[in-house]
Amino acid sequence: MKRAILIFFFALSVVFFAAAVNPPAGHADGSSGQAQSGPADAAEEDIDLPGIIFGHVGDGYEWHIMDLGRGRKVELFLPVIVRSKYTGWHVFSSKRLEEGGYLGFSIAPDGSPHEGKVVQRAPDGSEYRPLDLSVTKNVLSLMMSSLLLLVVILLTARWYRRHDSLKEAPTGIAAFMEPLVMMIHDMARQNIGEDYRRYSPYLIMAFLFILLNNFLGIIPFFPGGANLTGNIACTLVLALFTFVIVNATGTKHYYKEIFAPDVPVFLKPIMPVIEVFSAVMKPVSLTIRLFANMLAGHIQILCVVCIIFIMAKYGPVLTGSMGFVSVAFGIFLDCLEMLISFIQAYVFTMLSSIYIGLARQKS
Amino acid sequence: MFLVTPDTGLLVWMVIIFGIVFLILAKYGFPVITRMVEKRSEHIDTSLRLAREAQEKLSALSEEQAALIEKTRKEQEQMLKEASDTREKILAQAREEAREQASMIISKARTEIEAEKQSALRDIRRSVAELSVEVAEKVVRERLSSQEQQIRLAEKLAGEISSSGLRN
Repeated sequence: MKRAILIFFFALSVVFFAAAVNPPAGHADGSSGQAQSGPADAAEEDIDLPGIIFGHVGDGYEWHIMDLGRGRKVELFLPVIVRSKYTGWHVFSSKRLEEGGYLGFSIAPDGSPHEGKVVQRAPDGSEYRPLDLSVTKNVLSLMMSSLLLLVVILLTARWYRRHDSLKEAPTGIAAFMEPLVMMIHDMARQNIGEDYRRYSPYLIMAFLFILLNNFLGIIPFFPGGANLTGNIACTLVLALFTFVIVNATGTKHYYKEIFAPDVPVFLKPIMPVIEVFSAVMKPVSLTIRLFANMLAGHIQILCVVCIIFIMAKYGPVLTGSMGFVSVAFGIFLDCLEMLISFIQAYVFTMLSSIYIGLARQKS
Repeated sequence: MFLVTPDTGLLVWMVIIFGIVFLILAKYGFPVITRMVEKRSEHIDTSLRLAREAQEKLSALSEEQAALIEKTRKEQEQMLKEASDTREKILAQAREEAREQASMIISKARTEIEAEKQSALRDIRRSVAELSVEVAEKVVRERLSSQEQQIRLAEKLAGEISSSGLRN
């Protein structure tokens, strides 16, 4: 650990020294700037901070993996699946969109109400949004993480099928997954009561899904990096699952509390309104809490990392020292974000289990 | 604004994929794991309970054993004491008997000796008497050669006999 810290500070000092010795590219002459053209080019024009940040936290039709400099980049073009009102279903690569459009489909320009999304030009010349089921960056990330979760859990289950759990302690993947699974299973037992076995699979699934995607979101390179749990559609679906389970399996007592609570007569007409509102606000709060936490975490980390590029035009000393600050803060925020990833997954699951427990009360 | 507007596409994909993965895992994944782990923790609980019970039984058993040992020791002590008492008693009895026997023998011997002594005395007396009679005969024969002498002697003897008869 000590050695790792030493190496880290050594590397930082080398970066600082290099930045201080080399005159910034473009200021001296063009040829010497070739080696560090990426940041130097970025430093030349004003950096598009909102563009970078929203590009990273938002969804996209292609997955931008990395820049190679001089305008070359590695990108994954994903399939666009749209259903036009006029011409029916279309499936094509998002490379066509980047090239400028395909069969009247194009990405809406800045300032349009559908900014960044696929739109089609209607025969009357107006722009409208077709039904868009494209496999976007988030959808691909969703697919990969779901597959990973599926494989991991089925492998764990296979371990338990093939071994006698009474005679052997779990090893490998089973030893890794068991505490996570049992933590939520126990939480379900505490919060729901006798028929918790019916609900624990959903709670475990929600917890592991959120946790896995939160962690994948922190990883900055390819298989990770998509901001799935920081996307309101994802958290909305999760919260709706909870909402449906809570209200579909609610007891008579639960519904009586909502529609005919035991209150003074003058409160009778008001209480159902309040109770229904509260029932609806529960999934909304679940949605917003997870979405906002994850989004905010990503934006924080991106901002701190972008300090390096913003400072590039203010000279080597400021770049180097702010680079140090930025890396140190970045590490801190990454650690914080890991903590938040776990906490948010746990909180979502715990609140879901509490809501289910409230709806399962018999008297 | 685009951040808080849910995308139809992602919503649909999310429902489909999450739903499918959930259905698969709720059937083949989580219940298998949780059931096995619960079975194991139940097994651990019963094992612990059994171990505790065994421990209690064992300690009770060792207490019982100690009590048994104590009891046996007491019994042994008792037995030893009894044995020594019996020995003492037998010895005393034997001693007593021996003493009685000895005194009996001694007294018998004494009476026998007494009887012997008496018979011996009687014999001696008889033989002394015979001897005296013989001696007297001879003396008398010698002395009584004359008449006068015979009469004197007879008178003297008669006196002696009567005095000795009175003494005896």
